[in-house]
Amino acid sequence: MKKKLHLLLRYLMLILIGSSMALPFIWMISTSVKSEHEVFQPGFHLIPGVVKWDNYHEVTHQIPFADYYWNSVVVSSSITFGQVLTSAMAAFAFARLRFPGRDRLFLFYLATLMVPGAVLMIPNFILLSHLRLIDTYAGLILPSMFSAYGTFLLRQFFLTIPRELEDAARIDGCGYWGIFHHIAIPLSLPGIATLAIFAFLGSWQSFFWPLIITYSEELKTLPVGLSAFNRLYGTRYTLLMAGSTMMLVPIVVVFLFGQRYFISGIRLGALKG
Amino acid sequence: MKLNDQHRERIAACLFLAPNLAGFFLFTLFPVIGSFVLAFTDWNIFTPPKFIGLAHFKTMFMTPDFWKYFWNTLVLMSGIPVSIACSLALALLMKDKLPGIALFRTLYFLPTVSSGVALFILWRWIYNPDFGLMNQFLGALWEAGAWFVGLFGFDPGPFPAPLWLSSERWAKPALILMGIWLSAGGPNMVLYLAGLQQIPKELIEAAGIDGAGHWTTFRHITWPMLAPTTFFIAVMSIIGGLQGGFEQVYIMTAGGPGGATTTLSFYVYDKGFEWFEMGYASAVAWFLFFMVFIATLFQWKFGRGAETYMG
Repeated sequence: MKKKLHLLLRYLMLILIGSSMALPFIWMISTSVKSEHEVFQPGFHLIPGVVKWDNYHEVTHQIPFADYYWNSVVVSSSITFGQVLTSAMAAFAFARLRFPGRDRLFLFYLATLMVPGAVLMIPNFILLSHLRLIDTYAGLILPSMFSAYGTFLLRQFFLTIPRELEDAARIDGCGYWGIFHHIAIPLSLPGIATLAIFAFLGSWQSFFWPLIITYSEELKTLPVGLSAFNRLYGTRYTLLMAGSTMMLVPIVVVFLFGQRYFISGIRLGALKG
Repeated sequence: MKLNDQHRERIAACLFLAPNLAGFFLFTLFPVIGSFVLAFTDWNIFTPPKFIGLAHFKTMFMTPDFWKYFWNTLVLMSGIPVSIACSLALALLMKDKLPGIALFRTLYFLPTVSSGVALFILWRWIYNPDFGLMNQFLGALWEAGAWFVGLFGFDPGPFPAPLWLSSERWAKPALILMGIWLSAGGPNMVLYLAGLQQIPKELIEAAGIDGAGHWTTFRHITWPMLAPTTFFIAVMSIIGGLQGGFEQVYIMTAGGPGGATTTLSFYVYDKGFEWFEMGYASAVAWFLFFMVFIATLFQWKFGRGAETYMG
């Protein structure tokens, strides 16, 4: 009996905390379909009186929302692809190939993880302006295509591949690229998935860099575009919430499908400390 | 033949490393050095940089605003212990495989993964003094409380609605509260869950047989066993906190009111990209780097090694 009461109490607390986590999201969606008039009514009402889907339509007319979205998709996918490719290649060298100074170089790599973004921003901005890459897709993508964290993560996975498999492939006539492509990558798919999810979520939400590197309307990514809208039309909460909801949809979908990898990535990430 | 193989392996290594290493040199190593040099120069982008030695650091340490923003950064970090305690409490609630637990884990994780511009706009709306969720919710609570104490003849008056983000007094607490909501169910909870799984079941059972209650078991077994995890989480949170605050401040308060929410990272942005004082901004960034470096050294020196987190 006491045990049952305990369990009930536990679920009650889980639900209570869960509601406080969910409530802001529900409020966001609720605001996004309310009429402007209803939003500025005193008192607490979560369920909108009249559902006004039109807000979603209107926000795409107030700002070039579709362009922002497209830019975010292009930039995030390129960064994800680039990070996975460059990290996997470097991780393969660090995990499976022998060369002088390997471990020292790897440690040095890891050490740079602690450099604050604020330190890198200004010189990177200057560098890109010298390369004439300000306000271009390349400027948005290039600096984020390389990841010390990703290299570290995939190295952990590559290290677990048995040597015999590699030897067998070599006897079959595989070169280094063949081993990388046909053995290391297929055997490390969970690691690749983890890195891809982190890279995608990170670049989808990335704000500081796109903010300083772009100024033309056609190149703004979703966070920058939404932030500009927030500054200009700070009180149009229905539209702001519709935009925010649309921005969060891919994040939630990717997270729901890749949750397992996400969690294992956090635990591996703790290793770097 | 042997030498040849070795040779081939080294060439392959070079080729595999080339893309990442090129990016690493270009966008990390080179900028770090560049930033260091910039910190000792006066440069506004439009005229050539001028070497001025330690002048920026001197100005920085003499500027009251710098200390104010450093203080703001530290105050905003004061939510870290609460956030860590919440993560631990959540992990303890969820450590057993109860039916439906995965659903809760997903739900608790949602704020962390969604963290970004969209969420900060949402929270700006939540903190709207007149129509935001926070004051509507607190107002409803206040009224219920007022009705209750009214039964005994007290009148607490109308709800004194805080202005949250537009009040110097409430802006920081508002950001701290949001930070706790954002991080309580996030990575820290996952790390605590991993840590809890490593505590031998027999140890807890033995304590139960010896008649130890929940609190005693927690105090003398769980908490000490989790110490390395807690240490790691604390240091990581401090490192994150020192660098943090740019996005939420940019979106929610623009550093105001009256500089009450300007953090060091926002200060770097403001000096560098609004005022084009690239040298001075770099000096502030290096101060940040120095603080982060100390925290990292602390972790290396006193933290337990990697194997603790393997699970």
